[in-house]
Amino acid sequence: MRTRMPAQSDLTPPDVTDIEAVIRPFLALEGPLLPMLHALQEAYGYVPESAYAPLCAALNITRAELKGVLSFYHDFRTRPSGKHVLKICRAEACQAMGATAMADRLLKKLGLEWHGTTANGAVTVEPVYCLGLCACAPAAMVDGKVIGRVGDARLDTVLAEVGA
Amino acid sequence: MKIYVPMDSAAKALGADDVAGVLAAEAQKRGLEVEIIRNGTRGMIWLEPLVEIEKDGVRQAYGPIAPTDVGALLDGRVDTHGSVEDIPFFARQTRLTFARCGLTDPLSIADYEAHGGLEGLKRAIAMSQDAIIDEVKLSGLRGRGGAGFPTGIKWDTVRLAHAPQKYIVCNADEGDSGTFADRMIMEGDPFTLIEGMTIAGIGCGATKGYIYIRSEYPDAIAVMSRAVEIARAAGVLGVDILGSGKAFDMEVRTGAGAYVCGEETSLLNSLEGKRGVVRAKPPLPALEGFLGRPTVVNNVISLATVPVIFAKGAEHYASFGLGRSKGTMPIQIAGNVKFGGLFETAFGMPLGELVNTVAGGTATGRPVKAVQVGGPLGAYLHPDQFDTPFGYEEFDGQKALIGHAGIVVFDDSADMLSMARFAMEFCAVESCGKCTPCRIGAVRGVETIDRIAEGDTGAIELLTDLCEVMTDGSLCALGGFTPFPVMSALRHFPEDFAPQKEAAE
Ligand SMILES: Cc1cc2nc3c(=O)[nH]c(=O)nc-3n(C[C@H](O)[C@H](O)[C@H](O)COP(=O)(O)O)c2cc1C
Ligand code: FES
Repeated sequence: MRTRMPAQSDLTPPDVTDIEAVIRPFLALEGPLLPMLHALQEAYGYVPESAYAPLCAALNITRAELKGVLSFYHDFRTRPSGKHVLKICRAEACQAMGATAMADRLLKKLGLEWHGTTANGAVTVEPVYCLGLCACAPAAMVDGKVIGRVGDARLDTVLAEVGA
Repeated sequence: MKIYVPMDSAAKALGADDVAGVLAAEAQKRGLEVEIIRNGTRGMIWLEPLVEIEKDGVRQAYGPIAPTDVGALLDGRVDTHGSVEDIPFFARQTRLTFARCGLTDPLSIADYEAHGGLEGLKRAIAMSQDAIIDEVKLSGLRGRGGAGFPTGIKWDTVRLAHAPQKYIVCNADEGDSGTFADRMIMEGDPFTLIEGMTIAGIGCGATKGYIYIRSEYPDAIAVMSRAVEIARAAGVLGVDILGSGKAFDMEVRTGAGAYVCGEETSLLNSLEGKRGVVRAKPPLPALEGFLGRPTVVNNVISLATVPVIFAKGAEHYASFGLGRSKGTMPIQIAGNVKFGGLFETAFGMPLGELVNTVAGGTATGRPVKAVQVGGPLGAYLHPDQFDTPFGYEEFDGQKALIGHAGIVVFDDSADMLSMARFAMEFCAVESCGKCTPCRIGAVRGVETIDRIAEGDTGAIELLTDLCEVMTDGSLCALGGFTPFPVMSALRHFPEDFAPQKEAAE
């Protein structure tokens, strides 16, 4: 969610030892799965498939249960995202300040749909439903950094910064 | 000289970090002795970054301040608003829950105590569990998460349940568009929430708490996590709270981007590491909640209001408000408004006064067309309904709800058919999938509204019927309340659903 790690290549997924080191600190928690998935995503930018077996073994859950959880939540990825993630608020207060048209222009300019990643892998654009910045709408977030009253010009600056 | 620069994420979103950075550099260059304090926001977002300079014990407010204004600010060449307390938007408020927010350093427990913090907890420690619950009942506090259920009754159910372990779970999922009160208090006065949860723990006999914060709030997560560590080190949390021999501790947990996880049973499943699907009630979470054990689930504002109730007394709190809506509500003013921000006031202010006077009308200067109150599941109100006083029953009487008290203002460029369609689309995206009326109904709702947009007026009856099914048949208020925005848009703005619209375009 914060600064993305350079996404690990799919060819060299983290091995069991790496995975176990990431999830171990959470073993004693009540309901440890979400904290583990967040930690894995923080470390690798996504939840790699090589983590499934160690997670299932550690928590005594089935692969189906794990995949059910992974697919339920919008946050968890099973593939790397772009190097940066730009989230644009689509919710009502931002719509009242022109967010819909702004997002449409952005996506068109990048030639993307929601959740799409630019061809150079620099940025993934995702919808978000409220960032709690509704009194300074429209709102956006780049890698965990918030931006209020965002407009076309500001988005251009952001895109330049992330190398899109 | 002390200089306050908010670290609230709305202030940051408008450049507060840059302002603080330039201030520090400029002060050093000038050899000025300044202490920069990163406070919470005072809630007047249109003035952010709102910088306060304290000289001889008096704080003067300046804002909005851009990094390029910093030189002039230090030269004394920027006009002041005077003290924050004199700014009309602030002066009209009754700040009970948010009394300290923006005033103090959010992570200084000494500052917290100097401004009345921990007084409520100290009083509660000396009371019996019975007396604690009675105090909450007497205050008239109702859940601020949306449903408005009396907090004291919920606590009593948990207190009376027998179990080796009980929990206090704070619902900080705040997914409603137009709301940010939870975020603001977690970033601006986190110890209030910790104190409120601790009082709840003592009152109900729960020794463990969780704060479930949505992942969209990284700043709130960071501040809250740090505050918990500080409170633990200061003996406010732990096995011997303030030397009382009573135990309570808590953990911060992060959501994963699912709106429905704000629904309490879905939240509990998520906390347990499961898919965030809604559970059928009964059993109530108060009896079988987290890991099947008795659990209080309360909204951030409900819990953060508890300390002031104990510090000032239940009667004091209950003396504010209207009818069965007792106390104050932090109303969040958002969307297309001139003066957006947080406005805490006693229940009872008419909606029109909030929109036209407090919020100053629209930012665009165009006429107000509609106001959505209570998030994506709340109704759109028409200016004809502006006399409605802000209260649970009063809004109910208008087929509307106050929810978490976010009000989102739209000007006359809003197309209400699109807003109705969005409500259905949102429900379809966020449905947990457990019940059919919500999972399928929302998808059919989008399609039906598209038919209306294409001029098929017969589909209006179908939409009305579908909304009835969703209202009556959904397991939770996601599917059950999506008809509020849809039907209110249809009822109050029929012209936006009429076929000539298409022809005129
Ligand atoms: C779809 C849905 C989303 C909800 N989201 C929230 C939320 O974000 N925060 C919250 O406090 N309550 C939310 N609620 C209400 C909770 O189910 C529950 O009533 C509340 O947490 C109880 O706390 P309170 O009594 O202090 O309000 C939501 C309900 C539904 C149906
Ligand atoms: S609606 Fe966009 S930030 Fe709240």
